[in-house]
Amino acid sequence: MTLSFTIRGERQEVETDPHRRLSEVLRDDLGLKSVKVGCDAGDCGACTVLIDGRQACACLVPAGQADGASIETLETWSGGAADRLRDAFLAEGAAQCGICTPGMMMAAAELLSASPDPTEDEVRTALSGVLCRCTGYASIVAAVLSASRPRPAETMPAPGQSVGAPVRRLDGRPKVDGTEMFGADVGPRDALVVRAVRSPHFHAAFTLGDTAAWAVEHPGVTVLTAADVPGVNRFGVIPHLADQPALADGIVRHLGEAVALVVGEASLVEALVLSTFPVTWEAHPYSLTEAEGAKDGAQLLHEGRPGNLLIEGRVSTGDAETALAASAHVADGTFRTSYVEHAYIEPEAGIAWLEGDTLIIAACTQAPVMDRDETAKVLGLPPDRVRIIPTATGGGFGAKLDLSVQPLIGLAALKTGKPCRMVWGRGESMLASTKRHPGTMTARIGADAEGRITAMRFDGAFNTGAYASWGPTVASRVPVHASGPYRTPNYRATARAIHTNGPTSGAFRGFGVPQAAIAQEVLYDDLALALGMDRLAFRRANAFVDGDRTTCGQTLPSVGLADCLDALAPHWEVALEAAEAHNRGGGVTRRGVGVASCWYGCGNTSLPNPSTVRIGITSAGRLCLHQGATDIGQGSNTVIAQIAADALGVPLDAIEIVGPDTALTPDCGKTSASRQTFVTGRAAQAAGEALRALILRQTNLPETASIRLSAGRLSVEDGGTRQDIDLAALTSDSHGYVLAAEETYDPPTTALDADGQGAPYAVYGFGAQLAEVEVDMALGTTRVLHIAAAHDLGRAINPTLARGQVEGGIAQGLGLALMEEFVPGRTENLHDYLIPTIGDMPRITPILIEKPDPEGPFGARGLGEHVLIPTAPAILNAIRHASGARITHVPALPHRVLAAIGKARHGT
Amino acid sequence: MTEAYLRPDTLDEALAVLADGETRIAAGCTDLFAATARKILPGRTLDISRIPTLRGILHDDSGLTIGATTTWTDIATAELPPACRGLQLAAREVGGPQIQNRGTIAGNLCNASPAADGVPPLLTLDAQVVLRTKDGERSLPLDQFLTGPRRTAREAGEIVVAIRVPAEALEGAGHFLKLGARRHLVISIAMVAVRVSLVEGIVQQAAVAVGACGPVAVRLTQLEKALVGQPLDPHLVTDDLVAQALSPIDDVRADAPYRAHASAELVRRALAQVTA
Ligand SMILES: Cc1cc2nc3c(=O)[nH]c(=O)nc-3n(C[C@H](O)[C@H](O)[C@H](O)COP(=O)(O)OP(=O)(O)OC[C@H]3O[C@@H](n4cnc5c(N)ncnc54)[C@H](O)[C@@H]3O)c2cc1C
Ligand code: FES
Ligand code: FES
Repeated sequence: MTLSFTIRGERQEVETDPHRRLSEVLRDDLGLKSVKVGCDAGDCGACTVLIDGRQACACLVPAGQADGASIETLETWSGGAADRLRDAFLAEGAAQCGICTPGMMMAAAELLSASPDPTEDEVRTALSGVLCRCTGYASIVAAVLSASRPRPAETMPAPGQSVGAPVRRLDGRPKVDGTEMFGADVGPRDALVVRAVRSPHFHAAFTLGDTAAWAVEHPGVTVLTAADVPGVNRFGVIPHLADQPALADGIVRHLGEAVALVVGEASLVEALVLSTFPVTWEAHPYSLTEAEGAKDGAQLLHEGRPGNLLIEGRVSTGDAETALAASAHVADGTFRTSYVEHAYIEPEAGIAWLEGDTLIIAACTQAPVMDRDETAKVLGLPPDRVRIIPTATGGGFGAKLDLSVQPLIGLAALKTGKPCRMVWGRGESMLASTKRHPGTMTARIGADAEGRITAMRFDGAFNTGAYASWGPTVASRVPVHASGPYRTPNYRATARAIHTNGPTSGAFRGFGVPQAAIAQEVLYDDLALALGMDRLAFRRANAFVDGDRTTCGQTLPSVGLADCLDALAPHWEVALEAAEAHNRGGGVTRRGVGVASCWYGCGNTSLPNPSTVRIGITSAGRLCLHQGATDIGQGSNTVIAQIAADALGVPLDAIEIVGPDTALTPDCGKTSASRQTFVTGRAAQAAGEALRALILRQTNLPETASIRLSAGRLSVEDGGTRQDIDLAALTSDSHGYVLAAEETYDPPTTALDADGQGAPYAVYGFGAQLAEVEVDMALGTTRVLHIAAAHDLGRAINPTLARGQVEGGIAQGLGLALMEEFVPGRTENLHDYLIPTIGDMPRITPILIEKPDPEGPFGARGLGEHVLIPTAPAILNAIRHASGARITHVPALPHRVLAAIGKARHGT
Repeated sequence: MTEAYLRPDTLDEALAVLADGETRIAAGCTDLFAATARKILPGRTLDISRIPTLRGILHDDSGLTIGATTTWTDIATAELPPACRGLQLAAREVGGPQIQNRGTIAGNLCNASPAADGVPPLLTLDAQVVLRTKDGERSLPLDQFLTGPRRTAREAGEIVVAIRVPAEALEGAGHFLKLGARRHLVISIAMVAVRVSLVEGIVQQAAVAVGACGPVAVRLTQLEKALVGQPLDPHLVTDDLVAQALSPIDDVRADAPYRAHASAELVRRALAQVTA
């Protein structure tokens, strides 16, 4: 059928099936790729467009229903309002990963055309149908509110002043004009489509039937199974524990595990009914919780892992039991957390093709080099025959560290010789991607009569799901951090990662530390109450200060935690008074205030994790920064460039960013463990300084000299002396540079002994947050009113981006505390699995504390994960302050809070 | 093979299409498309979104007629009597603005979700569902139209053309409260609608309905009886009076006892706020 739409004021005709989703037609037939698909169910709003001026989810509209309508998408929207909103989004840092940005901006476009200078309430209502997982919404609201005001053009910082400047994201423009290319957006339209046949069982043996006959019945469709995997069909992020097949081989260990691929032209493959695929299943008993998995006689998932125990981590110092027995006060409790889904708005997607004998994979990811090596292993190729080009990545938060589509599309491309793409649906993404570990944690903490912490015991059992993934990292990080950033002289902590048939638990912002912080910080409130001490003062009294030793025996040279707690103190007083005033009024709601702290080691735990950065100058005078740290929205493309610019002594806009791309950029490791600003930042600093030293040597000018690049020429000047280097006269190296430096930095750490003693991290970051909440005493609902968040990040290389991290981390912490609970087999969508909407976010006061770290670049520490850790415990402590309800099971859903209120009232 | 996608301009044409074989009616498609992971709406489709006579609200002496394809945004922004306040509040709570711009009132009823936010307020308005075939028209009270979760009394060949609210049910004032685990875009844990008319402080009519606490939303007739003839007093609403009318279940959103308790609390609040 011929459909016609008015786009950019012109009629456009499309010959297509009117039953198709409008989102698909706009993307595929009209090339309007700013229309993002995050769920195909109306839940995320990423596909929001204007139809006859009104916002609509294009995924829910049959193309035939839009026949004759005028359609506006982010890339077609133009004019003054559009320009101002784009500018405002960039200036406020409202686009982090950028995947929600087109939907947000189109929702805002509807509002701004009716009411050019809207109120905050109007903005929140207008945008309430679009989810963002990165920003916490504050910057988005600010951008829309300020869009009516023209703003001056951005001025770039002077040379040497990039670090610390709130410059706009250097890679931001495509995110706000709709041209950013994510995993589902790249590659030719006629690429073959790959779909996976997935297990309907949590645990089962299976035999494939006559797949050849099935393929014959579906001409044009290629079937691939484990038997087609040419290499080692076992991948994993920790090489000696690699246990995950790209395609299951005879046994599936979790719901939705892939057992086969079907590959062919889009129209054929998308129409396939995969339930007819010939597989015979023999269901096995299964476990879904850490308690079930660890039970005697539980069905074992992997050979050589008795008791389903993947690994146990331990840190021990002093004599915790004796010290607890001698303590004036001991608080104890058992705490449970749920599976938490990363819920980035971009489901996994990518495309693979062959160039000569090199397999190229363009997909969303957080870890290109790991992708290359693991994919090569599975496909039986040497690593140098696999090239990974990360696309823009629409959020990751840890789950895009693991392989997803890469080995599958790689296999399909190898077997068919054609470009092959795979785009996971929301349900598929939620089935197959990793989650935050659920935990059952028992802890006891003692204090003396003066309120000094004496000892802590912590034992955590973590549900690591079907495969190893990052379970070992959780098991090692948790015991190191479970004390919280407080002096704890006697300590024994263990963390066990236990296999179950739940989804694989992997990396998620904080690697188990946010869960452990809940146990520790709730118990700290118990102790403060028992001691009759102010809860903030109690924490302040025990907080690490410079020179304190951690439970691993490591001395901390520089700790800004006291500064953070002190920065919260005025807010604390005001908040306590406000809560009291509110509660004096009686009424069904009660307000309360809570506080919690965090610390977090940046980089791998006691393992090497180097980054290498190259900076080169071409004969034409281009300055290229090979920056291999994938920017999943957190801002590495900008922050690393800021560091390099100052180290080299050039203006920020002189720098061109290259990569990440495994063929073009040296390895900067993975975007995880809050390591990029610190580790890659240090490498960038070293490379910048090395190049500067080289230039100064060649010109014989002192350190104070300034460097200026122009076409084909480098000018170095110092106090009236000027030296020019004629770049065109120099010879290029193998990378095409006439002047270049490449430097590697690997954080100095030491191995941990059997008691977890050693120096696991070279840099730590610290922080504390205060939450003000209002609890409805009859309904058990909680509204968070305000969060003040003070974080010592050493040096805010870019304050705008840092605040964005704080706000976004708080949104995820709030979700963890109040609403997020992934139930395997029941919540594989974004309406049963709830993440915070724009209406759930409180006012946030970010406070950036800059106490330089001696090891970090320009004093900077990591921040990305820290920001999420204190939020949930601060909220839980505030709920208790308000209502008496001591919550030990998150999320604090209304029925749980109400039950806890009842328990507090009746003491039962 | 591409199935037919028919988008007539008139109701008569639509009824003829429907009489012509198995056909899916598509209105705002916010339920239809959300229910499938596929990239297309499967099957022969009758799109009723272009029939002007099906959309809009008519208020006359006999009551209110709301066209089937009237959207939630239409309802939220219409000038309606205070009795419809609950319906208008519900309209602002159905999904987000994108859903409200396209989702329709009849779609909400025909989809017959136990958590359909449109149902409780319409129950308090004694709404009638008007169905048409090419041979004639019939009208059913909403509580008879909804026969179970995802089940209605609609027969093949019938289109819901309108929702009728009789003039008597437009007396008094209405209110609506929805409870979910987050602020927007949330499937209700429970929601309540009330409509109360008072003469000299004495309740003349009381209509109370609760949704998401059983297979279909229900009117709380026992409770209504207890309210009529008295000064309006939310304290007359006991947890028991509410709970006995409901049959809530446990799900990922909340457990059953909580639902019953919360419903009673919401009813009390709605009654306290309705005249405020
Ligand atoms: C993200 C999201 C959030 C949502 N939130 C809510 C919410 O908070 N509360 C809520 O109640 N609902 C919610 N919904 C559900 C939905 O939006 C509403 O039920 C809406 O009113 C459905 O109307 P529609 O026109 O889109 O129905 P459609 O999807 O077009 O149709 C739904 C069903 O009704 C039938 N039908 C439609 N019109 C007629 C007619 N005139 N005659 C006969 N049969 C007909 C269709 O065949 C289909 O079976 C949500 C949906 C989404 C996607
Ligand atoms: S709402 Fe359309 S893709 Fe999520
Ligand atoms: S910026 Fe909103 S989802 Fe990433």
